[in-house]
Amino acid sequence: MRHDHLITSKQLSRADIESILDRASEIDDDPEAVAQRQAGTLLGLLFFEPSTRTKMSFEAAIKRLGGDVVDMGAVESSSVTKGESLADTVRVIEGYADALVLRHPREGAAAMASEFVDVPLLNAGDGAGHHPTQTLLDLYTIRENAGLDDLTIGIMGDLKYGRTVHSLAYALTKFGATQHFISPESLRLPREVIYDLHLEGVTVKEHESVDEILPSLDVLYVTRIQRERFPDENEYAQIAGEYRINAEILEDAADDLTVMHPLPRVDEIAADVDDTDHAAYFEQAHNGVIVRMALLDSFLGDDDD
Amino acid sequence: MTETNHELRVSKIRSGTVIDHVRGGQALNVLAILGIDGADGEEVSVGMNVPSDRFARKDIVKVEGRELSQDEVDVLSLIAPDATINIVRDYEVVEKHRVERPDSVEGVLSCPNANCITTGSEPVVSRFTVLEDAVRCAYCETIVRDDIAAHIDT
Repeated sequence: MRHDHLITSKQLSRADIESILDRASEIDDDPEAVAQRQAGTLLGLLFFEPSTRTKMSFEAAIKRLGGDVVDMGAVESSSVTKGESLADTVRVIEGYADALVLRHPREGAAAMASEFVDVPLLNAGDGAGHHPTQTLLDLYTIRENAGLDDLTIGIMGDLKYGRTVHSLAYALTKFGATQHFISPESLRLPREVIYDLHLEGVTVKEHESVDEILPSLDVLYVTRIQRERFPDENEYAQIAGEYRINAEILEDAADDLTVMHPLPRVDEIAADVDDTDHAAYFEQAHNGVIVRMALLDSFLGDDDD
Repeated sequence: MTETNHELRVSKIRSGTVIDHVRGGQALNVLAILGIDGADGEEVSVGMNVPSDRFARKDIVKVEGRELSQDEVDVLSLIAPDATINIVRDYEVVEKHRVERPDSVEGVLSCPNANCITTGSEPVVSRFTVLEDAVRCAYCETIVRDDIAAHIDT
């Protein structure tokens, strides 16, 4: 695989994805073997939005490869508050680091920033756009639990603004998965995503309730419906309530259904699901480190390449 | 012959460009795309909603002393896909061509997505990929299908 930057999951072929997932498996089996693979490598972290999992797992990943991070820190304490453009910020930080990881609240931020730098830039989320590294760890988790062949998946919750959903849906087209999209009317997939899925020959199956399709699913991918998407508190409470799952609801599911969530969750997955065999969301979060190790290693290469 | 007679409503030009077969009502958007507002003294004639053989109604724009560049023709294609461009020298049409839709246009449209990185204060020129029946922001991927002219960055 040779890409200068990772902006969207659309740019990754099935072979690219499988190569990263295979590498992640190898790393999982023998992490010591790669402990010095990126010794001396500095990863620049530019998080313009709060992040716990993505940021910490990138940091853990590069450190477990023998490298280190330089971190812009919180936006409040950076030169961004002085009005510096993103284009200027990345051009400065690329001089401090061997690769950049960017999270930004605006769509297209990573695509634009990548035009201003020569070092590899990895998109860690751009507004409601893309989140390709999350997708890779999602795919890894799916492969470990349900397999990526002949997959039937339900993706539920905020499909409009959920960048993890958009990136995952694109990537799953490469594996011929049957995808069901379950959301309230107001949070359906954006037409841009539907357009791209159609280009890949996918028939988009949309539902307002998970009930009718739950028994057919291998994987149920749940996302959080955010309060701020609704002007009215009562409307939020009512709609969000319809997209929660608990152990009782899952009694209608296949025994080997895998339930995933990019986290953080609020109450869309009840705590009683945690104790069932369906729950894979903590494993999914843990997979973030090995998958990002595999990704960083393939993007950064080493002296042997 | 009808069309010729109707064209006479708009005076002939000596040298310049005649943009014909513009969809009815789009002439002012054509001028906006070309950055022509009359302030620089250009001689411009506009016919709007004149009867046409090809459309029920068409617009026609004549600009004296100005030959359109390929870039300008490309952009025109977004709102006037059926237009014909006639380059006139000494009252004779010396070149006549149809517009062709380009693969992309730069710096012409502004992205309607208020959360797109290009709408902030970044040193970046907007870029849209041209699709069959729409344009798409090369950065945030927003698709603009209806009323593309409303997004012309003037």
